[in-house]
Amino acid sequence: MFGYMGKILRINLTTGVIGTEDLDFELAKKYIGGRGLGTKMYMDEVDPQIDPFAAENKIIFINGPLTGTATPTGGRYMVVTKSPLTGCIASSNSGGEWGAYLKYAGYDAIIIEGKASLPVYINIEEEKVEILPALDIWGKYTSETSAALKEKHPDSKVLTIGPSGEKLSQMAAIMNENDRAAGRSGVGAVMGSKNLKAITVKGAQKPVIANPDGLKAVTKECRGMLKENGVTGGGLPTYGTAVLVNIINEHGVYPTNNFQGGHDPGAEAVSGETLTEEYLIKRNPCHHCPIGCGRWVKSEHSPEGVGGPEYETLWVFAGDLGINDMNIVIDANYWCNEFGLDTISAGATLAAAMELYQRGYITDEMLDDDVILKFGNAESVIHWLKKMGKREGFGDLLARGSYRLADFFGVPEYSMSVKKQDLPAYDPRGIQGMGLQYATSNRGGCHVRGYLISPEILGLPEKLDRFELAGKPVWAKIFQDLTALIDSTGLCLFTSFALGAQQYADMLNEVLGTEWTADDILLAGERIWNLEKLFNLEAGISPEEDTLPPRFLEEEMPEGPTKGWVHKLDELLPLYYQERGWDEDGIPTDERLEKLGL
Amino acid sequence: MAISIKLFANFREGRGKIVQMDYTPGMTGQDVIDALGITAPEIAAIIVDGVDGKVDAMLTVPVKDGGYLAIFPPVAGG
Repeated sequence: MFGYMGKILRINLTTGVIGTEDLDFELAKKYIGGRGLGTKMYMDEVDPQIDPFAAENKIIFINGPLTGTATPTGGRYMVVTKSPLTGCIASSNSGGEWGAYLKYAGYDAIIIEGKASLPVYINIEEEKVEILPALDIWGKYTSETSAALKEKHPDSKVLTIGPSGEKLSQMAAIMNENDRAAGRSGVGAVMGSKNLKAITVKGAQKPVIANPDGLKAVTKECRGMLKENGVTGGGLPTYGTAVLVNIINEHGVYPTNNFQGGHDPGAEAVSGETLTEEYLIKRNPCHHCPIGCGRWVKSEHSPEGVGGPEYETLWVFAGDLGINDMNIVIDANYWCNEFGLDTISAGATLAAAMELYQRGYITDEMLDDDVILKFGNAESVIHWLKKMGKREGFGDLLARGSYRLADFFGVPEYSMSVKKQDLPAYDPRGIQGMGLQYATSNRGGCHVRGYLISPEILGLPEKLDRFELAGKPVWAKIFQDLTALIDSTGLCLFTSFALGAQQYADMLNEVLGTEWTADDILLAGERIWNLEKLFNLEAGISPEEDTLPPRFLEEEMPEGPTKGWVHKLDELLPLYYQERGWDEDGIPTDERLEKLGL
Repeated sequence: MAISIKLFANFREGRGKIVQMDYTPGMTGQDVIDALGITAPEIAAIIVDGVDGKVDAMLTVPVKDGGYLAIFPPVAGG
């Protein structure tokens, strides 16, 4: 068996039984790994209608076949479970080092089942696997937890939840290396529901490569392409993802005040250029990553600095709250990492709360005359973020996310979310293809389930008319299928700014000994997309949820270069279903499923 | 009158954030980038007076007196 380690670790926290199983190589090749194979393994074992917090639910940590290889960015892992935020399949991806070290420990995946009676953590050192008490670290912030566990297990990599995961916040993330996150869909709360605080891994095994010389050649070629590309060799290394603030804002699709506007004249203060010039200490790359978009920035929390904010985080704690203060954003990012909170959903929930206050649904009395949750009130951000993390007072309601917050007041339309997951930093009224991808994403509001921002705004690989509808369903499907494939390999999605399907096929072939074409792997991506859709349908997620908040469908953008536009989902959605080979109700047809081998 | 050119990322190096340029009737984006020493292949996205489009096409659009351009090298993220 090439590429994979061939072993799956199964740990039952109810019984304490630990065992290993052989990986089904044929199944692995069909679903690649990571997001695809993890979803297949999860669906084979768990009823899609399960309560995500039930002991019978499972959570899978799984690598791709390229994780831990010499391939550029080959270090990512995926967390697969049912989302407590959306009820959809949750696949949350993270970089850093942890995934590669799981592979070096000798495993392709860990399946966690059951629920521990008391807080525990799992320590993995190749064949030595143990469930250990975690009472002394339960309640600790993620950096405190990591430091304590690294002292007990030197040279291990630590994955952990923070207090938000322990308290079952539907926005809880899983953190590794302190500032890398499997951030979205509340996967941290599923860990918390099992009384599982952390997993430490170390090892020295390496996957066997089918064709080492071939891999060396294709890795050299891909590294060269990444270096030569303006984005992966220039913009991202120099400015990080924060470089998007200005270009998104100038196009009038930079959401302000909970998506009530689309242009912020003060955005330069939180731009990538400002972050680089005034706050950057050093780059902070993930495992085997030649791009190095991660930032390490100045902060009052540490003289050595802290992990820096990504674009989405900058936007959500700045423009979306009507505040442009880089120090607040860095601080908010720090506290989200410490509590183990998804920055997008945490910030978006504050934005929704501020709009609910603006419209009179939230009153000063409800806030116990505490700090006012009002757009532009800088004092409120960290104050309420901490209460959200601790679930104190009104913070308990905030910890459930924007949809449940707005729904509590009977006005879910003020949650800017799809399938209850908060939208990221792009207003769909001025990016018609991206809006279609939001509506049809299998995990709800998301920008990494196909990133049509790239051609519609950034001009990569070619510029598309962002208001045009024609052709967008085709682009949406291709981007969705390709990202499903990349998420299954163990590589970073950012490689796709420079590499194409052929390069991914080449890397997989040299590692696995397969002879796949670009079309073969795109078909695998489509298979994975349809598999996720089938899970959601069986979980009770209706195709009627393939929609956008009414604001985008009914309210014209009031300002800027996108002024006057709404999203035309009703025209795009039928064409998208047709392109997918699904029926007019958005259900995959038997013919298409048969073609995909499902 | 003058036009404003907003520059971003590495286009700011040696040029600054915003460049003011005298307006001359009929001037286009191509005239602007020629004056700035930027070539079309270096540009990934361009906005002329609030309108974006393919770079080659936008460089032929006449600039308005008192208007602005925003010019971006390849940038991305997410």
